[in-house]
Amino acid sequence: MLDYLWLIPLLPLAGSALNGLAGKRLGSSFVTWVGCGSAGLAFLAAAAAVLDLVRAAPQNREVLISYFTWIACGDFVAEAQFLLDPLSGVMILVVTGVGFVIHVYSIGYMHGDGGYYRFFSYMNLFLFAMLVLVMAGNFLMMFVGWEGVGLCSYLLIGYYIDRKSAGDAGKKAFVVNRIGDVGFILGVFLVFATFGSLDFAEVFRQIASAPVRFPAETGVGLLTAIALLLFVGAIGKSAQIPLYVWLPDAMEGPTPVSALIHAATMVTAGVYMVVRCAPIYSRSEAALGVVTVVGILTAWLAATIGLTQTDIKRVLAYSTVSQLGYMFVAAGVTAFSAGIFHLMTHAFFKALLFLGAGSVIHAMGGEQDLTRMGGLRRYAPITYRTMCIAALAISGIFPLAGFFSKDEILFSAWAGGHPVVWAVGLATAGLTAFYMFRLTFLAFHGPERFGDDVRHHLHESPPSMTIPLVILAILATVGGFVGLPPWMGLGPNRFAEFLAPALAHAHRPETHEISHSVEFVFALVSVLAALIGIFLARYMYVGNPAAAGLLAARARGPYTLLYRKYYVDEIYDRLLVNPIVVVSREMLWKGIDVGIVDGTVNGVGASMRVWGGLLKYVQNGLVRSYASWILTGAALLLYYVARMRG
Amino acid sequence: MQITHILSWLTYLPAALAAALVFFPGGSARALKWFAVLGSTGVFLLSLYPVYHFDPGYGGMQFVEESAWIQAGGYSISHHLGIDGISLFLVALTTFLTPLALLASWNSIAQRLKGFLICMLLLETGMVGVFCALDLVLFYVFWEVMLIPMYFLIGIWGGEHRIYAAVKFILYTMVGSLLMLVAIIYLFLANGGTTFDLLAVYQNLESGRLVLSHRAEFWLFMAFLIAFAIKVPIFPFHTWLPDAHVEAPTAGSVILAGVLLKMGTYGLLRFCLPLFPAAAVAAAPYLSVLGLVGIVYGALVAMVQPDLKKLVAYSSVSHMGLIIVGMFAFTLQGLEGATMQMLNHGLSTGALFLLVGMIYDRRHTRMIANFGGLAHNSPVLAAFFLVVTLSSIGLPGLNGFVGEVLALVGTFLRNRTYAAIAATGMILGAVYMLWMYQRVFLGKVTDPANAAMGDIRSRDRAVLIPIVIMMLWMGVYSAPFLRRMDASLELVQKRVHDARAPEGGYQVRQLKTPAIRKSDGR
Amino acid sequence: MGLHHYLILSALLFAVGAAGVIVKKNIIAIFLCIELMLNAANLSFVAFSRYLDQVHGQIFVFFVMVVAAAEAAVGLAITITLYRNRRTLNVDDADLMKW
Repeated sequence: MLDYLWLIPLLPLAGSALNGLAGKRLGSSFVTWVGCGSAGLAFLAAAAAVLDLVRAAPQNREVLISYFTWIACGDFVAEAQFLLDPLSGVMILVVTGVGFVIHVYSIGYMHGDGGYYRFFSYMNLFLFAMLVLVMAGNFLMMFVGWEGVGLCSYLLIGYYIDRKSAGDAGKKAFVVNRIGDVGFILGVFLVFATFGSLDFAEVFRQIASAPVRFPAETGVGLLTAIALLLFVGAIGKSAQIPLYVWLPDAMEGPTPVSALIHAATMVTAGVYMVVRCAPIYSRSEAALGVVTVVGILTAWLAATIGLTQTDIKRVLAYSTVSQLGYMFVAAGVTAFSAGIFHLMTHAFFKALLFLGAGSVIHAMGGEQDLTRMGGLRRYAPITYRTMCIAALAISGIFPLAGFFSKDEILFSAWAGGHPVVWAVGLATAGLTAFYMFRLTFLAFHGPERFGDDVRHHLHESPPSMTIPLVILAILATVGGFVGLPPWMGLGPNRFAEFLAPALAHAHRPETHEISHSVEFVFALVSVLAALIGIFLARYMYVGNPAAAGLLAARARGPYTLLYRKYYVDEIYDRLLVNPIVVVSREMLWKGIDVGIVDGTVNGVGASMRVWGGLLKYVQNGLVRSYASWILTGAALLLYYVARMRG
Repeated sequence: MQITHILSWLTYLPAALAAALVFFPGGSARALKWFAVLGSTGVFLLSLYPVYHFDPGYGGMQFVEESAWIQAGGYSISHHLGIDGISLFLVALTTFLTPLALLASWNSIAQRLKGFLICMLLLETGMVGVFCALDLVLFYVFWEVMLIPMYFLIGIWGGEHRIYAAVKFILYTMVGSLLMLVAIIYLFLANGGTTFDLLAVYQNLESGRLVLSHRAEFWLFMAFLIAFAIKVPIFPFHTWLPDAHVEAPTAGSVILAGVLLKMGTYGLLRFCLPLFPAAAVAAAPYLSVLGLVGIVYGALVAMVQPDLKKLVAYSSVSHMGLIIVGMFAFTLQGLEGATMQMLNHGLSTGALFLLVGMIYDRRHTRMIANFGGLAHNSPVLAAFFLVVTLSSIGLPGLNGFVGEVLALVGTFLRNRTYAAIAATGMILGAVYMLWMYQRVFLGKVTDPANAAMGDIRSRDRAVLIPIVIMMLWMGVYSAPFLRRMDASLELVQKRVHDARAPEGGYQVRQLKTPAIRKSDGR
Repeated sequence: MGLHHYLILSALLFAVGAAGVIVKKNIIAIFLCIELMLNAANLSFVAFSRYLDQVHGQIFVFFVMVVAAAEAAVGLAITITLYRNRRTLNVDDADLMKW
């Protein structure tokens, strides 16, 4: 299968082209087959390829195939090539697997929509771009995928073209991502300027093999600069402070899109990139520090905002931002495999949460406001149960997937010597459990807060939607078992072992052994934090429904601050967006361009006109006056000649 | 198959077609149009011959033909044509865009159709001639020849304020080209007063037979520079551009943006850099800054334009700014990125004007505020527009990215701050293009006139599909294009790097070769 | 009678003609004055020809006469057209060609 590596990304691309060009004419069943079929085949191909990889000896688990030269200019050479190693192997499985499930779910969710073919075309295109991103063998190819997923995100957020808010959100996502992309591409340039190559293999080999090259502060400074510039890209793509503002707005897109792009895959690209560049990051203490701090701050801030939001999808969006923060914390404390582990489990349970939310929205006829739901477990039992599993998983309850990955991150933070990070992470875990169960209780428990017209409409979703929910619920339950921690006494962490060859070039700091019993205590503590969050949520939203309102009223200031998301959007608009538009229009265009520059040009023209206006009186149209001028001229000429002679 | 005098064919065949058109009866509009479109398509097919037979390994002039033109009193002006890796694709771009522009104006030109077609074909002769001419006077002649049809295109078939725009266009260009003429004559006299041949001037400069004092070099550089800077246009010489674009008919705008602007940057590469390298090096910081101003300023002003054509016109200012910045980095990547970006800009901006023209033909307005929700009733148009928009903002996988990234990396190797500022153009480009796209195509249909607007038909698709194919090709597999440019641009780069100030002249800033370490195995 | 007599007469005739061109308004009169100036020049040519004993001057006189005839033909044609269109022979009325 490894020889046909190109099939994995090309299948979705073909599906996208087919659906985009002919889907409208050939009808929705054709679109369904092509759209889901290409995603499914891509998953099978990916699975076969990864299976081949697993069969190979660990040191041979790297396949790099170049197809043709894409750009070549002097040393600046970028091949069109695909790389498959354990890291990208995990990623392609997550992308195609979760992607396929979400495609299937979309059959039901998007049923009857006017742009059905367009939707599947975009979704397939996204899979292609995401696969290019994770399978890229050099920085520039990665950038292709990097921007490609941004484009698909733009297209899919703005999928409902009637809605102005959707168009705004799409544009915002693209532009904010572009800000990150500029940082990323400058980082790539710095990589090229430093190492004279764009290939991962070559760059990492140079870094790893020649520590002499970066002996002094300058070398590390260079690596730090590269790492930070690349990290700007990650901040944009993975919605970290200060560029996270696009992700909550991105919920304007259809729910499967939120699940696939804005939860499971695209937004994790930044984490993937940092882990891919582990050889760079692991050698720069400063860069790691920045990654950790940004990650933990984002995790905490987004979680606090998530506490008060009432839109079901926005709660999940902030939760995603927060979980991405965890992944960056993992990378920041050089627990790279833990970051990828959490990326994977997060893909399962967060996709499940979004799909469940989509199922709820579908049932409610488009309603997204939690305050108008309640008691839904009676009407949508499958959705309810799967949502509960997902909420438990994200809260980190043993033995669901989220427990293993989150616990590993928190423990790594402590073991890496960052107790503050650990503490904040633990508190965030408690908050996470709280707001996730707040969501669950508000939607599925308690009194029904909707009218009869909605109640008549309520129904459990069709099988094409519930089956994906069940599949993801199973994954969210057992997904963590691939990376059982050593303290359970079942051998070393096999997920970390699998990833190890891909991280071979990373710099490993000295670690001191911590006994398994200590680890066990830490795991216990984090489960405890989650349980506290859950019971608090239960107390406030089931046991004592008035408590939440009372608390909000009591702490009006902080509540409003959180509810309005710290006013970040407003601040950006005031300080950045509006001034730029006004200055451009009033000063640059009307002032400088039309006023000064064009004014000067037209002024020169006008002054010519003035001179001409004066001189025109000589040309008065009277023959006799012309004759006099001629005569005068001739006389003057004669006089002049005579003077010269004389 | 061997075609001799291929460049003469390419240059004069359009003029011959124009001459043939004179004898057509004026009433048979369909025959006229078919003749012009098919004829110019033939010219395009012919232009594939040099592309195919081009030797990428050789940086000098190829397909050279030379014959005496004017010989008197010991000096000679020759009819000397030739192309290298720089002009090869520019010629192809010209011949590619001309039939498409003609096809796109199939129904939009109602009056004086014959004159319009003749003007377009003569324009093509002028443009191809400019890119092929290797004699300074011949170059100047073609440079001026191309002005006249363009003047008429704007002045006769233009919009409401066409006269103002046409006069502004021609005056601006004439100011520059007169300075260039003076410089050409000075160069001729300094070179011994025997030949206007460009290659001879190159040779004499290299062998040291022609030595320009630093003052002379500076002023000659400035004279050429102003002529080209107006054409590019480099900020602050750009204000003719929005007017000319807004008033010109669609075909005129396409050619103007697609090809005419490239003559400025082409001239810089062909004349300013190799002929006056020391002055170019000395001026590089200032020009780079002007280019950076153009990038940011053009983008910001484009953002707030209410008129679609003006928006695209200002976006050209921004894109051309990047070409200048990349070029004056004097790195191979910068030069190659600039050259690539010329082609990309020709394709994407040309296509944008075509699309705006198609919208205008249906809606008779270009004001963004009058649109909204066009994607509902014109999905195909919206799809094409999106692809072209993405190409314009440099999405990887489409052509715009390749030029942009090379120009930026070339700049980065010279000056990191410049590159960082230039890269903001990527953000601003996305802002103004996507904002425009949103206001025109997305949202609800509020104006019934927009609901009544039909989608594009097969003729328009025939215009757009070749462009989109080229965009994809150049974006996905750009190596064949870049390979043909390599050798010629290395030559230009070498000439610039070899520049040394004459005795007692101003100090040439020593060019540092960027700190690239060769990776092994490359 | 020496050369200078002829030259003085020629100069006088020329001056009279020139003054007439400037002063007169009637286009026919202006024509006549122009003829006067031409013939004044002819007189000088002939006088010089005799004085220098060369034939060139007399050849030039023929040229001048031919030119004068041609000029009269074109001029009178213009005059007639002008009169047809404007019903006037006053040159000051034909002033369309100004700014």
